[in-house]
Amino acid sequence: MDRTTIDLWVGIFVALGVAAMLGLAMKVGNLTSSKIGPTYSVTAAFENVGSLKPHAPVKSAGVVVGRVDNIVFDSKKYEAVVTIKIDKRYAFPKDTFANIYTAGLLGEQYVGLEAGGADDTLKNGDKITQTQDAIVLEKMIGQFLFSKASESKADSKTEPSTKAVDAKSGRAKSTELGDAPF
Amino acid sequence: MSDNPIKIMIKSKLLSSITQTLRGIGKRMTERIWRLGTGTRLFFLTIFYSGESFKRFHLTLREIYFTGVMSLLIIVVSAFFVGMVLALQGYNTLQKYGSSEAIGVLVALSLVRELGPVVTALLFAGRAGTAITAEIGLMKTTEQLSAMEMMAVNPIARVVAPRFWAGVISMPILATLFSMVGILGGYIVAVPLIGVDDGAFWSQMQANVDFRADIINGVIKSLVFGVACTMIALFEGFDAPPTAEGVSRATTRTVVISSLAVLALDFVLTSFMLVI
Amino acid sequence: MNPNIVEIDHLSFGYKGRLLHKGINMVFPRGKVVAIMGGSGSGKTTLLRLIGGQIKPSAGEVRVDGEVVHQQDRDGIYRLRRKMGMLFQHGALFTDLSVFDNVAFPMRELTDLPESMIRDLVLMKLNAVGLRGAYNFTPTELSGGMARRVALARAVALDPNIIMYDEPFAGLDPISMGVICDLIRSLNDALGATSIIVSHDVKETFLIADYVYFVANGEVAAEGTPHDLIQSSLPFVHQFVHGEKDGPVPFHYPAANYQSELLNQAPVK
Repeated sequence: MDRTTIDLWVGIFVALGVAAMLGLAMKVGNLTSSKIGPTYSVTAAFENVGSLKPHAPVKSAGVVVGRVDNIVFDSKKYEAVVTIKIDKRYAFPKDTFANIYTAGLLGEQYVGLEAGGADDTLKNGDKITQTQDAIVLEKMIGQFLFSKASESKADSKTEPSTKAVDAKSGRAKSTELGDAPF
Repeated sequence: MSDNPIKIMIKSKLLSSITQTLRGIGKRMTERIWRLGTGTRLFFLTIFYSGESFKRFHLTLREIYFTGVMSLLIIVVSAFFVGMVLALQGYNTLQKYGSSEAIGVLVALSLVRELGPVVTALLFAGRAGTAITAEIGLMKTTEQLSAMEMMAVNPIARVVAPRFWAGVISMPILATLFSMVGILGGYIVAVPLIGVDDGAFWSQMQANVDFRADIINGVIKSLVFGVACTMIALFEGFDAPPTAEGVSRATTRTVVISSLAVLALDFVLTSFMLVI
Repeated sequence: MNPNIVEIDHLSFGYKGRLLHKGINMVFPRGKVVAIMGGSGSGKTTLLRLIGGQIKPSAGEVRVDGEVVHQQDRDGIYRLRRKMGMLFQHGALFTDLSVFDNVAFPMRELTDLPESMIRDLVLMKLNAVGLRGAYNFTPTELSGGMARRVALARAVALDPNIIMYDEPFAGLDPISMGVICDLIRSLNDALGATSIIVSHDVKETFLIADYVYFVANGEVAAEGTPHDLIQSSLPFVHQFVHGEKDGPVPFHYPAANYQSELLNQAPVK
């Protein structure tokens, strides 16, 4: 095996490897999309951040505009302080809403920004005051059951006479409860 | 009273067979630990004498040809089939939950994180590892290594180190090729054959495969596997008894030990990576 | 200057508690062809390895050009080895290199000679062993005798002072044997080197050796010129030189009495 043939094949081999690497980076991974240029930091406080993690996306109108940088617990106010880095290209007004949404039914959680109407924009180090917590599934179920229970109690108070009606409404209520999607 | 002598006899035979078994286990354990020590010493010597592999790079280049380029065929063909099977099996399960569009993510993540590095390493150990062990074992048997020593040429610098670096360089390249070809194979099954949407296939993949966490970690894994498989192959060849039987047994040991090492290291690396 | 280029002084060497050599003394004068002979397993090849510094003695010294081999550091040993050339049993040619590259190997690794000069030197060495026309072959394409000759060309590539031969006549046809025999003597005289031959081929070795050492049971059992040894009446030497079936080295491996074993009905395991 002479040297030039070996050199040629090894060169082809390495070139294929580099091409595969580039292919993986571009087409498969999120290298192109995760490249965010200069950013500015903004904080927001939530009572419950759910399962939000650092590096989670920050979206507005469905487009990724930044990343969650850091989540710490404020032991004085007993709330979570989330630091997000927003791409410098995008300016948000000072009364922007920061909500925590879930992608899909059981997906990852992300921060959604809804722009308000103020003239002043958020600067580096500012705090978003309007926040909405993450939806915690257990609380939702608890609320739903509680509201259903109080509804049926109110119904039974207003119609004390007809037992059949009670039974009907009671059964109707119970089937309603049974219809709950959980 | 007549029981006692019989009991003593039985006891002593049982006792001696137990002690013999224990002694056997102990002997094998100490041999294995001794071999591990010798192997580690060879590893450090290889790194120490690596200068020549780079100063006379054509030596390493030649070895990259014989370990890397010659493994291309088996890697590419295997990757293609693995990717296709992943798509088939994945689709079969995902469509029960209405998530058949996630097939791209499934194929890509399975390959990039695990199957790419691990299967490549196992195939590498089987093809290139055994070739290295056999070659070096044969050089030892025919006294070529001795001849080199007598000519004041360090066999570790001239024979072992270039092969080591060739293996370390080839493995990540092969693993990346495996992942890429596997994804293409999965694409061919999923989109034209099964009918999953082309755009959904790639976009879901791009949204869920992180370059740093997944792709780079896969490359790190394949580098570690490259070091392990190549070093094991080199050591078994270097240490083989200089007979035909010794060399053939050494090649079998290369495959077995490399495979076990790769799987064990995979577990260790994955647990580190998922934590960090 | 010391008339002996290699001296073995009260050398003892052993593996795992069993001594292979017990206090051996040998000298190898400059310019001579000296043979080390003995039965299989008597430690002849090990002596070559001790001279080359591949293994260390348990006691005693091996001196090359006045320097003690096992006391050298790595660079020292490599320096001593540059004065030596060794022909291994069956040649030990590098199978991944051509004949030309094999002979050029020591020149390329140990000297800074330009390729043009290496080319000429390689062709000269190959010509000396009669294989200049075969420079492009690979070792697998050579016959045993040809491979041995190429290995010889490689051993003398850098004009060493000491040339060692490990069973150079083993497994060769009569013509190749004659060729190697002739080459060993003529190269030795042409280079002014000292040749050390380890062999048990009495006929060929006695043709070219100036002095012979007989090794048995870890000691030098006899020494002298070939003429002396043919005439020797020592039982071991006599049996070896004349190829006798029975003598100090017995024909029968120790076993029970023949008649009783045949008549005994116990099964042979």
